[in-house]
Amino acid sequence: MINLVWLIPLFPLIGFLINGLGRNILPKSVVGFIGSLTILLSFGVSLGIFFELNASEIKSFTIPLFDWISAGTILVPFSFLVDPLSTLMLLIVTGIGFLIHVYSTGYMHHDAGFNKFFSYLNLFIFFMLLLVLGSNYVIMFIGWEGVGLCSYLLIGFWFTNISYASAAKKAFVMNRIGDLGFLIAIFLLFSTFGSVEFSRIFPQAAQMASGDNMLILITALLFVGAIGKSAQLPLFTWLPDAMAGPTPVSALIHAATMVTAGIYMIARSNILFTLAPQTLSAVAFIGIATAIVAALIALTQTDIKKVLAYSTVSQLGYMFLGLGVGAYTGAFFHVITHAFFKALLFLGAGSVIHAMSNEQDMRNMGGLKSKLSVTFLTMMIGTIAIAGLPPFSGFFSKDEILAHVYEHNKLLWIVGVGGAMLTAFYMFRMMFLTFYGNFRGTPEQKHHLHESPGSMTIPLIILAVLSAIGGFIGLPEVLGGTHWLANFLSPVFAVSTSKSVGLTLDHSTEFLLMGISVAGALAAAIFAYFKYVKRSHVPVPDSVPRPALLNLSYNKFYFDEVYRAAFTRPLDALSGFFFKVIDKLGIDGLVNGFGSGATEASKGFRLLQSGNTGFYIFMMVAGVVALFVYGFYKI
Amino acid sequence: METVTQALQGVPLNHYILLSAIIFTIGVIGVLIRRNAIIIFMSVELMLNAVNLLLTAFSVHHNDASGQVFVFFIMALAAAEVAVGLAIIVMIFRNTSSTDINVLNKLKW
Amino acid sequence: MNLLLLIILFPLLCTLLAFAKGPQLSRLSFAASLVPLIFTFIALGSFVPDASTQFLVDYAWIDNFGIRFKLGMDGISMMLVLLTNLLIPIIILASSKHPYKKPGAFYALIFFMQSGLLLVFTALDAFLFYVGWEAALIPIYFICAIWGGENRIRVNLKFFIYTIAGSLIMLIAIIFLHLQTPDNSYDIQSFYALNLPANIQGWIFCAFFLAFAIKMPVFPFHTWQPDTYTEAPTAGTMLLSGIMLKMGIYGVIRWLIPVAPLGFAEWGQTALILSITGIIYASIIAFTQKDIKRLVAYSSIAHVGLIAAGIFAWNVQGVQGAMIQMLNHGINVIGMFFVLDIIIRRLNTRQIESMGGIAKVAPGLAICFLIVLLGTVALPLTNGFIGEFLLLIGVYNYNIWYSAIAGLTIIFGAVYMLRMYQQVMLGQLNERTETFQDIDGTEKTVLVIICVLVIFIGVYPQPLLHISEAAVSNLIEQVNQKILVK
Repeated sequence: MINLVWLIPLFPLIGFLINGLGRNILPKSVVGFIGSLTILLSFGVSLGIFFELNASEIKSFTIPLFDWISAGTILVPFSFLVDPLSTLMLLIVTGIGFLIHVYSTGYMHHDAGFNKFFSYLNLFIFFMLLLVLGSNYVIMFIGWEGVGLCSYLLIGFWFTNISYASAAKKAFVMNRIGDLGFLIAIFLLFSTFGSVEFSRIFPQAAQMASGDNMLILITALLFVGAIGKSAQLPLFTWLPDAMAGPTPVSALIHAATMVTAGIYMIARSNILFTLAPQTLSAVAFIGIATAIVAALIALTQTDIKKVLAYSTVSQLGYMFLGLGVGAYTGAFFHVITHAFFKALLFLGAGSVIHAMSNEQDMRNMGGLKSKLSVTFLTMMIGTIAIAGLPPFSGFFSKDEILAHVYEHNKLLWIVGVGGAMLTAFYMFRMMFLTFYGNFRGTPEQKHHLHESPGSMTIPLIILAVLSAIGGFIGLPEVLGGTHWLANFLSPVFAVSTSKSVGLTLDHSTEFLLMGISVAGALAAAIFAYFKYVKRSHVPVPDSVPRPALLNLSYNKFYFDEVYRAAFTRPLDALSGFFFKVIDKLGIDGLVNGFGSGATEASKGFRLLQSGNTGFYIFMMVAGVVALFVYGFYKI
Repeated sequence: METVTQALQGVPLNHYILLSAIIFTIGVIGVLIRRNAIIIFMSVELMLNAVNLLLTAFSVHHNDASGQVFVFFIMALAAAEVAVGLAIIVMIFRNTSSTDINVLNKLKW
Repeated sequence: MNLLLLIILFPLLCTLLAFAKGPQLSRLSFAASLVPLIFTFIALGSFVPDASTQFLVDYAWIDNFGIRFKLGMDGISMMLVLLTNLLIPIIILASSKHPYKKPGAFYALIFFMQSGLLLVFTALDAFLFYVGWEAALIPIYFICAIWGGENRIRVNLKFFIYTIAGSLIMLIAIIFLHLQTPDNSYDIQSFYALNLPANIQGWIFCAFFLAFAIKMPVFPFHTWQPDTYTEAPTAGTMLLSGIMLKMGIYGVIRWLIPVAPLGFAEWGQTALILSITGIIYASIIAFTQKDIKRLVAYSSIAHVGLIAAGIFAWNVQGVQGAMIQMLNHGINVIGMFFVLDIIIRRLNTRQIESMGGIAKVAPGLAICFLIVLLGTVALPLTNGFIGEFLLLIGVYNYNIWYSAIAGLTIIFGAVYMLRMYQQVMLGQLNERTETFQDIDGTEKTVLVIICVLVIFIGVYPQPLLHISEAAVSNLIEQVNQKILVK
């Protein structure tokens, strides 16, 4: 089965080709079927590989396909790596991918670009699988940029809206900034280790001293790549804008899979990062800063998808925080649980938007609980999970990260718990504004309200179940579990584990930490309940001025405006300067100067040709005399 | 013949050189300062003849006839030149009703 | 008969098409242009990818001056012959829909140019090289002067004088080298064997560099290029950007660096810095261009700057990257200009702000445009990535900071290309673009061929890399030894 791993990305590729080439001929039902089926097939193969790997003694297989690039000492094979980390990621991508494909058949049913949408979605899965499966950094980079492309295509799916198209461009460009870092890191890896294959780099790196300058540089550049892809400070502003895409896209790409690629990459390179503690501190710092900043912005957003987007950024920040303190398993655990509940929340939001006839502003919602009962219930499970309340999945993963953070740095832990409280608050705020109180939309919307079709609610229910029980794959010892996930992933993180101190907290401290964070989250949820249900508070319309702090949060701390002033405008000005002054005046001026210089000189010299015969004769005589003088005196 | 040659050789060579230099200079100045095409033309002839004089003088002085052969060449050439040159001047006069060379300033730029 | 000679002479024969008339002319020209391509594939079949020179042609030409008609192909030449013969049919097919007046003369000039280009890419005699170099210039002059835009005469004059100035200085250098050879010859091997003092090699380097830098063009010798690309007819732009500028790059690899290795050791870094400056400079200018053709012209300067930088880094990765990127750039830029031609012809404007929303009415064009554009911005699994990846590694092996700066092209390229795509293809339709027709038969064929090439090379570049690898390593080794000896 493991040798058939190449089938996994092949199925979506075939799906993409069929749907893409046949987009004008095939009916929607066929396209939807092919699109979903290919992913299901990939999921099936992934599942087979998972069970085989679980039973196998050897935990890492490299499957070579062909030599992709070779030049001199550079050799880049096209090959796949199957190990516990990639297998789990495969399951997430294909599993959740399949659910979202099914959901999309319902959600996108009325859209004219249905066929195009499915071909893009299949292409995305193909690239994401390449990213996950690549056995070296260059293949990973193919997937890395490829998912960026699909993200571009899908954010700009409704491209006639120019602001959507701009959001797509912004996402691509910001990703590319990170990609440059990744690319240079690849070059450094080539020159340091003579290869980009994971299986050649990691054993060599394990021999190197901790804090080696080259390792710090490499990991820092890899992290730059991760910052771009996983929307961390300072490159996070594209992700909220990316909500311009259709909601299934937000769920699949901008919540569950693509944006976690950065975490996947760092977890994959854990040996390098463990040996570069300085970079790890930076990872932790940027992670927590992003988590807090995004959470603060999410507090005041009124667009349901924007709240979820900032929440995603914030949760990604937690994952980086986990990586930064060396809790690779914990961070990856959070990737898994986050994929469940955030996909669920986005799809739920999509269901709400679907029911509300494309209304996204929560100020125009309210009281949807009775009309959309399935959506409400499943979303509530997702909200409880993300808020970190036991026994739902988010509690276990977040708690594992926070326990490691506590061990690492108490101050970071306090900030982290503060962020968790903010999370609980804005998530419940979103739920209460949307589902409780009175309906605030137009009568037409009210008339049109309906629960979504089965193709949409079934994925919601499956995801809700997963969000509820998914945490038990990593049930910690303190709660009587064995932490299956940590055991399964242990071969991947073995070297890192041996080079760092494990978790040494005693059980009572762990219980205490859990207690504090759960209490905090509960308090925040109750506060939100009082504010938005009991007092029926509704955020003010845009025309009403807000207090300064709220305004700052509502306007996203003016990041976009600052970037525009700091980068876009100066570069455009520089462009004009280069073109008009240096190119046109400077270089062209010089070149044309030669031409006009010759013309001017000729204008001067032609005056000698006066046409006056006497003058000519005089010049002739003068010339003869001059020749004589020259001949006699040799001057 | 002997006596003629001897008689001629009796005149010092410097006198011939001086005379022909004077005639040549008159010719040059005539070409430079006069504006009448015919006079310029005549001045050119004057220069030619100054050279002829010099050639014959040296021919006699060295008792070598080849110098006089050159003179005949030059005279033949001058005759041809006169024929062409006068024809041009006649044409100029027909066209401009003048022999002033300053009228002929079309040949420029 | 020698296959190489056949490849070069056949297009010359095709110039007889100038006297042909009739509606089938473009089809006939296209068929004729396929013949050299087929010959090239046959040659490729019997080509042994080692460092040797194959398909040698050697006749006495002007014996008194030691000038010989000497041609041959190694892997490097092979790539460029392939490039030329692959792109000429595409260019001819792309122009077949264009209502060019006097089409016979038009196609004849293209064929004449093809011969000249092939001569440049295969000549092993400096004099012959120079003849080819100038012979390729004459047809493009007429193509631009007869079929170009409003400003064509002024712009063409600038282009011509720029180029001639450079090549005359190169001619002086060639004659100087010829006078130094012990066996009174123009043979490339005699030139390689010369061991001139370093300061003289420095002068030789500068003289050759000027000619090649103008042709490529490298900053700051580039200002003829945007004007000419903008004013030339599309076929002319394609010839110039797709093939002709590769003459300069080829010259650097074949003549400049091996003939003056010590000069290269002295000036190579300066040339590299100029190339990298050009990348950034041209990219930034491209940000705010309002004329769509001029924007792509500046982007081409940026891409060529990277190719030049890879060569001046002078290691296997850099030069191999340059080899494959020459082909890729040719394909991409021709695709790009063809797309622009389709748009400009239909909208009758080159101004970006009067476009928009075309993707809505022309999805076929939108997809092809996007694929070509992705190739240009070097997305993995498109051809551009292979080239830029190797080039950047090459520059990295020279100096990491240069590579980081050159790598900015990855970001900048995405910025200006996607900005253009957004303004042209996305957004709302306006009155001008409402009636836009999607691509039809021939246009579709051309674009599909280009798109397939873009993706195929991106997925499986190894056969192409293999062609030139041995020749490139050998050349680099030779030069490095000479530099080391000093």
